[in-house]
Amino acid sequence: MKENGHSTLEIIEVCLLAGKIMLRSGAETYRVEDTMSRIAASCGIQNAHCFVAPTAIIFSMDGMEPTKLVRISERSTDLHKIALVNNVSRNISAGKLTIREAYALLKEMDQNDFTFPLWEQILAAAISSGCFLVMFQGKWNDFLAACIAGAVGFLFLVYVHRFIQIKFFAEFLASLMIGLSSAFFVKIGIGHQLDKIIIGSVMPLVPGLAITNALRDLMAGHLVSGLSRGAEAFLTAFAIGTGIAVVFTFL
Amino acid sequence: MLEQMVTSFIASAGFGIIFNAPKSSLFQCGLVGMIGWIIYFWLVEMQYDSVFASCVASIFVGVISYICAKMYKTPVIIFTVGGIIPLVPGGLAYDAMRHFVQNDYNIALQLAAKVFLISGAIAMGLVFAEVVNLIIRKFLSVKQKARWRVLYNKDTNIES
Repeated sequence: MKENGHSTLEIIEVCLLAGKIMLRSGAETYRVEDTMSRIAASCGIQNAHCFVAPTAIIFSMDGMEPTKLVRISERSTDLHKIALVNNVSRNISAGKLTIREAYALLKEMDQNDFTFPLWEQILAAAISSGCFLVMFQGKWNDFLAACIAGAVGFLFLVYVHRFIQIKFFAEFLASLMIGLSSAFFVKIGIGHQLDKIIIGSVMPLVPGLAITNALRDLMAGHLVSGLSRGAEAFLTAFAIGTGIAVVFTFL
Repeated sequence: MLEQMVTSFIASAGFGIIFNAPKSSLFQCGLVGMIGWIIYFWLVEMQYDSVFASCVASIFVGVISYICAKMYKTPVIIFTVGGIIPLVPGGLAYDAMRHFVQNDYNIALQLAAKVFLISGAIAMGLVFAEVVNLIIRKFLSVKQKARWRVLYNKDTNIES
């Protein structure tokens, strides 16, 4: 069975790979479904069906081809990859890329890591913590303390998550460390207002992407994915709250 | 005000780096976050309720991110994420949590209800923004169709 010179299996492979990369990078599920069916449609397959949940992709088309399932075990946040896959699918639709070229591109994208270096991420977390402190009516003399506490929290989040694969626990420990280090800074006199420092430096841990994704999915009618993303966001918020609460019981 | 503008811009762009947004769109991320936060801040200064302010600010964030996404041909989510983060009621949630831990449930529940309302307002704002975008898109496509029809009619006229 050939369509546009490509076997249907190749088209299925490209669709699944694109979907897998997008879902792993934290795209909304409705965007993943949209991209996959667009790629399929531009290859001349009109009746492709895909079901995307945050943990799995099922792709099927009418006919004799087998239905395929891809399991997504880990999800991170990588907006750059989402934009890149989006570009590839646009180019396929516009006829600028053949399926085989697209497959090679996607494969390369899947293996490469486009993330900013870790120190840049930590620096960004530190500086935005300080800025959030000022936005929430903190004083500039707490800027340094919030920066350091934010950096410590983010560092813990990344390394604990690498060491123990439970996201909830990593977030809990990170916010615990933020609370402890903020209390320490206030004690030795670098910081002044404990509340403001903690609020500012906790912000990099806030599940902003999960919240917006959950909402957009719910609005697009993907109730299952929306609810499970919402649960993810709620768990993260709960972990952060617990970490800070534990610090308060010590004080 | 200037202080708030600069810090919100840097904070939103910083979030772009944490979420690994494309380097070329970091500036726009910061801009969206700054506009959202300034609108929120200004409305709160004008003695409006913070629930209302969050809703209005998130509508603006949604619409501006949509415009950015159209202009730079990238997914909308890149811009929305950075814009929404400053509006998240982190401070209130923190206060609520602190009162819970201190067994002060009355105030804690009040604060928690406020947090819930503000989160809902942000959600509603995003939904409104989506509706506005839909209307813009519909309007544009209707216009385009009309233009096509004019062109098409001209062609047929020439042929006939």
